[in-house]
Amino acid sequence: MSEETKQLSLMKMTPHALTQIVAGQEELFILDVRNEAEFSDWKIEGENIEIINIPYFDLLDGVDPALERIPASKRLLVVCAKEGSSQFIGEQIVEAGREHVYYLEGGMKQWSEYLEPIKVGDLKSGGEIYQFVRIGKGCLSYMVLSGGEAVVIDTARMIQPYIDFAAMHGVQIKHVLDTHLHADHISGGRALSEATGASYWLPPKDAEEVTFSYHELVENEDLLIGDGKVNIHPIYTPGHTIGSTTFLVDSEYLLTGDILFVASIGRPDLAGKAEDWVGDLRHSLYGLYSGMPDGLIVLPAHFGKVTELDKRGQVSAKLGDLFTDNPGLNISDETTFRRTVTENLPPQPHAYQEIRQTNMGKIQPDEEERREMEMGPNRCAVHDH
Amino acid sequence: MNADQVLDAKGLACPMPIIRTKKAIEELASGQILEVQTTDKGSQNDLTGWANSTGHHLLESAEDNGIYTFWIKKK
Repeated sequence: MSEETKQLSLMKMTPHALTQIVAGQEELFILDVRNEAEFSDWKIEGENIEIINIPYFDLLDGVDPALERIPASKRLLVVCAKEGSSQFIGEQIVEAGREHVYYLEGGMKQWSEYLEPIKVGDLKSGGEIYQFVRIGKGCLSYMVLSGGEAVVIDTARMIQPYIDFAAMHGVQIKHVLDTHLHADHISGGRALSEATGASYWLPPKDAEEVTFSYHELVENEDLLIGDGKVNIHPIYTPGHTIGSTTFLVDSEYLLTGDILFVASIGRPDLAGKAEDWVGDLRHSLYGLYSGMPDGLIVLPAHFGKVTELDKRGQVSAKLGDLFTDNPGLNISDETTFRRTVTENLPPQPHAYQEIRQTNMGKIQPDEEERREMEMGPNRCAVHDH
Repeated sequence: MNADQVLDAKGLACPMPIIRTKKAIEELASGQILEVQTTDKGSQNDLTGWANSTGHHLLESAEDNGIYTFWIKKK
């Protein structure tokens, strides 16, 4: 092929491929062509990702201003809200002679909704546990599989990935659980239970105002799957919300919800009761978790920064290590703790009041409104900035 | 509001509403008003950003039943 006929083309990058790049800490240069307000609110992050923002409407007369700022040697990903503008700009960059140019399939909208299932490990009693990483938003949910049955914990709004995953693994979803009433994302728990015939379980103290029927999670009343071999053991750990419940799965995996994260701890203010719940939060962390075996694997409902992801994209830690490394578990003075979790908190998640109302069944926004409400980062931890 | 020109960009996805707006405004004289109708929600923020960065005046915008209307005065 001669130089003249050599065809360069704009390539598509899937959210899955981008997840691999973020988790693998690979190098990538991103040109985000959304408007400045959207970019400053929320963007793709990664250890070795360099990102710049030039709105596409500033490049309508040509992409030269962008080319000047893009290193020729690196892979380039062009990103916009949906997809159209990134293709439009990406094609012009390719025409200008650049190689290795990609656009993000489905844009930030799809990035925000993409779930990557990653196996955490095998269960001693038989079965497996998977973490569903919603990398664009920092949300983590879980599926425990054993003997043809499954339990889903902290389901994301998009329920199809769980249904497909269960079908692929030949399991029936029997129970759907939420660790607490979420304020940062719309729970898919109720919808998933309706779609699969599973029972939906909530902590009763978080569910006092819900408008639908549910099963009450009660401390020490275990749920069993896989012919009764694998147990999900609820432990009452209030503090992020008054009902927050931790699940000990198969005596090895500690699903801490929004109480304890890998690099931070939960904030007590999203239901408007920071001052009241500080004592509960402290007791859950320093009284209950501190008495548990160091070897338990902590699996939280969120991550704050992509540095918390391991090479496969998974987020987990040994409980004992968190009592050494997590700043939120190393505040010995109670007054300092109180101040840390009530003052100088990050901004509250986008539309968190409406999200809580939706999760209680009090309002029924349509699909587009739900998507809109969930835009942006999760901000459920004390130390996220 | 009285417009000198009306651009129907309904049903078009990003980036087309802005591209069409840019072309339409190029055909107007300074001080004339372009009315733009879109159905793409993103065009709200983007038209505002585009007007800011080009210096054209976004005089007013309105939403009615999923249709967004903008009045832009050419600088």
